[in-house]
Order: sequence, then C-alpha cells, then structure tokens
Amino acid sequence: MSKLHAIVIGAGFTGVAIAHDLALRGFAVTVVERGPIVNGTSGRTHGLLHSGARYAVNDQESAIECIQENQILRLIVPDAIEPNGGLFIGITDEDMAYREKFIEGCAACRIPIKELTPQEALRLEPNLNPKLQTAFTVPDGTFDPLRLALAFAASAKSNGAVFHLYTDVVDLLTDGQGNIVGVKAWDRATDKRFEIRGDIVVNATGAWVGHITSMAGISVPITPTPGVMVAYDQRLTQRAINLLNKPGDGDIVLPQRRMMVVGTTSFTIEDPDYVPVYEDHVQLMIERGSNLIPALRQTKERGAYMATRPLIGASAPGRSISRTFKAYDHKETDNVEGLVTITGGKATTLRLMAEKTVDLICKKFNLNIPCTTAETPLLSYRKFYVN
Amino acid sequence: MTEEKWTVKFVIFRKKGDQPPRYDSYVLEVDPDEYVIDGVERIWAFHDRSLIFAHACHHSTCGACGMRVNDVEKLTCITKIRDVTTNGGSLKIEPLRNFPIIGDLVVDMTRMYAAMDRVHAKAVHPLSAAPLEGEGIRPPKDVPRNNGDEYLRLADCIECGLCISACPVAGTAENYLGPAVLAAAQLQGLKHNPDLLDLVDCADGLWRCHSAYECTAVCPSNVDPGWRIMDLRRQVVGERIKRWFVKA
Repeated sequence: MSKLHAIVIGAGFTGVAIAHDLALRGFAVTVVERGPIVNGTSGRTHGLLHSGARYAVNDQESAIECIQENQILRLIVPDAIEPNGGLFIGITDEDMAYREKFIEGCAACRIPIKELTPQEALRLEPNLNPKLQTAFTVPDGTFDPLRLALAFAASAKSNGAVFHLYTDVVDLLTDGQGNIVGVKAWDRATDKRFEIRGDIVVNATGAWVGHITSMAGISVPITPTPGVMVAYDQRLTQRAINLLNKPGDGDIVLPQRRMMVVGTTSFTIEDPDYVPVYEDHVQLMIERGSNLIPALRQTKERGAYMATRPLIGASAPGRSISRTFKAYDHKETDNVEGLVTITGGKATTLRLMAEKTVDLICKKFNLNIPCTTAETPLLSYRKFYVN
Repeated sequence: MTEEKWTVKFVIFRKKGDQPPRYDSYVLEVDPDEYVIDGVERIWAFHDRSLIFAHACHHSTCGACGMRVNDVEKLTCITKIRDVTTNGGSLKIEPLRNFPIIGDLVVDMTRMYAAMDRVHAKAVHPLSAAPLEGEGIRPPKDVPRNNGDEYLRLADCIECGLCISACPVAGTAENYLGPAVLAAAQLQGLKHNPDLLDLVDCADGLWRCHSAYECTAVCPSNVDPGWRIMDLRRQVVGERIKRWFVKA
C-alpha cells in the first residue's frame, strides 16, 4: 500500500510537531509555510518551558498538560532548553492571599513545588526583590524557540517530510463537491506557482487558522490575542521568575542566553499579520518586571517584540480563555472532508497537540498506529540543514 | 521611545529564482526607536507580499534575521533604526554575503551549520564555559551553582552567520571553516577535545584567518571570534609541542 499523503499548512510549533508525528506514523508529509520556520507566534514566544504552575489555580487542564509535556521535552530535546527551574515569588499581602490556592492547585495538578524562606530564595537568586515574603521552586525552564522547532523539523525531514518554506497557500483544491484534496501554492523564493494533492490537509496556522478555513467557507472560533515582550541586555537570574498571583501583565521574567525577557500583555485584534509593539506596553513591562527584579531598571533594552496567541473561543477577555487546544475534523463540524484544523495551546504543549491531531487523522483513516513521539529523542536542530 | 516620526527609504535587494537581482525602494514612516526588522516586516505586510526574509524570535536569541544594513552586518531585530540612518535618510537592506542566496534577503547557511556540526559545537553548556556580563571573555572564577549542580545556559553563539558574511577571507576561500566555527572549537578546548586538532590545524582552518577582526566587530552576541581564533592558535601550538615530546 502506498503511503497516505498529509499536507501540513504552517511550520510553527504545531506544524513541525505534527509533521514529525505523521512521518513517524508512516505518512508521506509535505509542509507548506509562507515564511521561514517559526516566523509567526511560535518564534516570538516568551521562551518559558511552563511547569504548569501558572495555570494550576484557574486552568488545571492546561496546567496538567504543561507539567507532563515539560518533563517529556527535557528528555527529547535537551539542546534547546535551559533546565534551571523557576520560582514563584510573593511580594505583597495580596500575593500572599494567593498562596494557599497556589499550593492546592499545584498539588491537584501534581506539579512539584517547594516553599523557600525569603533568605533561601535570595541566596539562590540575589537579584530578586528583597521585599519578597515567600518563594516556591517550580520545574520551569527556558527554551530557544527556533532550535526547539528545528529539532522537530529535522526529525520529520529525516523520516521523509518535505518542507516548502517561503511558500504561501493561496487556495485550497476541492473535488468539485466542496471536499478538500490539496492546496494551491506560491513559492515566493522562485516566484513559481504549483499544486500539491494529498489525502488530508492539516491547517496548523495558529492565529491564522481562519485565513485557511475561509478558503473552504468555514469559520473557526479563534481570538487572536497579542502580547508584548521586552528583552533586556543582562542576565540577572538563572531561573524563570514568576509573580505568585493570578496571571496578569508582565508577571514572568526569564533568563535566556545573556538576556532577561519580560512578558507579557494581552489584548485582542482582528488581523494578526502585523501588530505594532506599543510603547505603553513596553513601559509596563519594565515597571512590572522590576517589581520582581529591581535591577532590571538599570539594564538596557535589547529588543521589543509582539506575538499573537491563538486563543480558542470568541469575545471573552484574553486572560479568562483556557490555554488548552482543540483539533477540528471539518467533516464532523462542517461536512467538509479532507481538512483538519488544530489551534490554541501553548509552546510547551506542542508535542501533545501533534499527538492528538495525528490520533484524529489516524482515526479518520481507520489506522491503529500508536504515537511514539514522547519516547523518541529528536535530532539536533542543525540536521534540518545538514544531511 | 518617543512620539517622534521619521521618514526612511528602505532600499531592498530583490532576487527571485534565476531572474537578475534588482533593488526596490519603499518609503516608510517609522518610529526611530523601532528595530530594522519591524520595517522589513511592515514592507511585507502592507507593501509587497512577494518579499521573503528570515526571522523568528525578534529578540536576538535565534540568530535568524541577520542582514546587511547599509553595508554592515546586523542582527536586524536588535538594530534600532535610529542607530543606522537619519530622518529622511535611507536604509539599504541586503542578504548576508558568502552564502548562496535562496531569494531576496534569505541565504542558505548550510555551510556554517555543517561546519558547526563537524566541531560538535554545543548549543547548551555550563555557565562556566563562558562568562556572564562584565567579566571579560575568560570564564569567571566563581560560578554560581544550583544545589551542587552547575547551571546550564544556551550558548552565546546564535549561529547568525554575521561573522562569516563580514569575514574577508570567507569570501575567497569557500572551504574556510569561518569565525563562528573556530570560536566554537576554542570554547571546547583542544585539551579535552583532541579530535578537533586536525580539523582546525590546517589550511582551511585557523591558519587561513588574516586577523581582520571583522567577525568580532559585527558579532551581536558577545562571542568575540577574533580573540578566540588567536587563542585557538596558542592552543594548537601547545598541543603540537606536547605531541612532539610524546613522539620522542
């Protein structure tokens, strides 16, 4: 039997993880991406390998996904991760009022935490706000977004996946009855147009899923929700530092290479293609970030950027929407065969998002092939370029 | 940042497939404190969807967005427009040199990745393998520890290719390993990695370097490849002398 051919639209975190999973399960895979690897939301992530503790009180489904995937990614892709852990620090009495709920939530989600005295915390991280009242260790980490994605893409490529980068999907191919049988592509590197036919098209375009589904006359309830992040020119801690409180603006500061990155804000938009970095958001980052690490005020801004989260659901305020993900079989939802959409989720859960999506695809084709990505170490990111 | 607005002409190198290259101009209103990559992305978003350019993290951790800006190699996500032009001025944006062009501003950096792979450059290493801010280039004496274990961090070198583009030697010797690669070998040390000796101690290795230090001038990530190549020469001479005694 010849291999089933899957076309994956998008080489963000979800797309590359799906390509890897599909290739491991025996599919022929073609990835079509309009820019380079992770040029959209995924590349511009904060870089926090979540322990799940941030969601342990309000969004336990996401929290449990995060802690499980955190432990898997540390094993399968160590060369993209700084595995130094994180701290949640409580500074004000209001923060301390969150302490009990935080302990209960982490226990419910099986996130290992340990409470430190302020003195112990300051010994570990001398640049923390000295007014802190408590601190909890959590198994956070930091990752390099491009190298994380390239490791998945390299592994997919070694199993036969073909990547068309700088190639737009300009339309979907149909069978004349509205079912999807492929894509019309425009390779912008060579200015060539061509068609790709496949057995299934996977729409893994994150905040842009609506652009693709609209080509089939389908709408998906997605709220593009950007946030601003700012990088500063000095490494002031070894761990990711989180505010012990419910998720809010600028309450995570994390080290990466020689930098600190503060994030983020949250607002909703219509079109995610270009969102400016707003000056008042940058100011907010230094104010909130220096609440956790006062010495940030003495550092120089190195970069400021914006990324658009693809949150599932419409018209609810950004922070109240769950950070979990959803895969849609458009045969089930819209009676259109041949198209699957995956969106939502977080960088930390990219592998799991791919597993669930490929499970759904296997079920459609009556295949019973188990997922093995959790046990399969990824190739070095450089193998995407070097055979 | 300020409310200040500048008018800047972006002059962008364009090339598609086998077609001859050309330059296209776009006049943009910008905030001078925006970064060069923001202007390039806006040209794609609002003026010309056929433009291709490489980028990912927008804060200098991934090394994807290296370009030549007014003839100098820059990581465009951390290069403020204010620092490279003036109000009413222009910005010439070209792809990196010494790599094959895929299209427009995108180059194929396989040459560098392959060589980094050959010297098995580490992507993540212990804190002591490179100093933090303000401690000079040598490893610090006091490395903070995490309950006995040393902290790990992502390497300084982000493999952006700026040093290879700026290197006057890399342009004429296509097999030259290049500054980033020799710096990665130096960082690991020949003493603990004797298999690297033959790779770097050859005509296409560190003796090809003419000490122009262009690599160090353009490095956006504190690697200082020029200094590291000189130090690697010292290491090579040391290993050669040692081998001479061992053979005798």
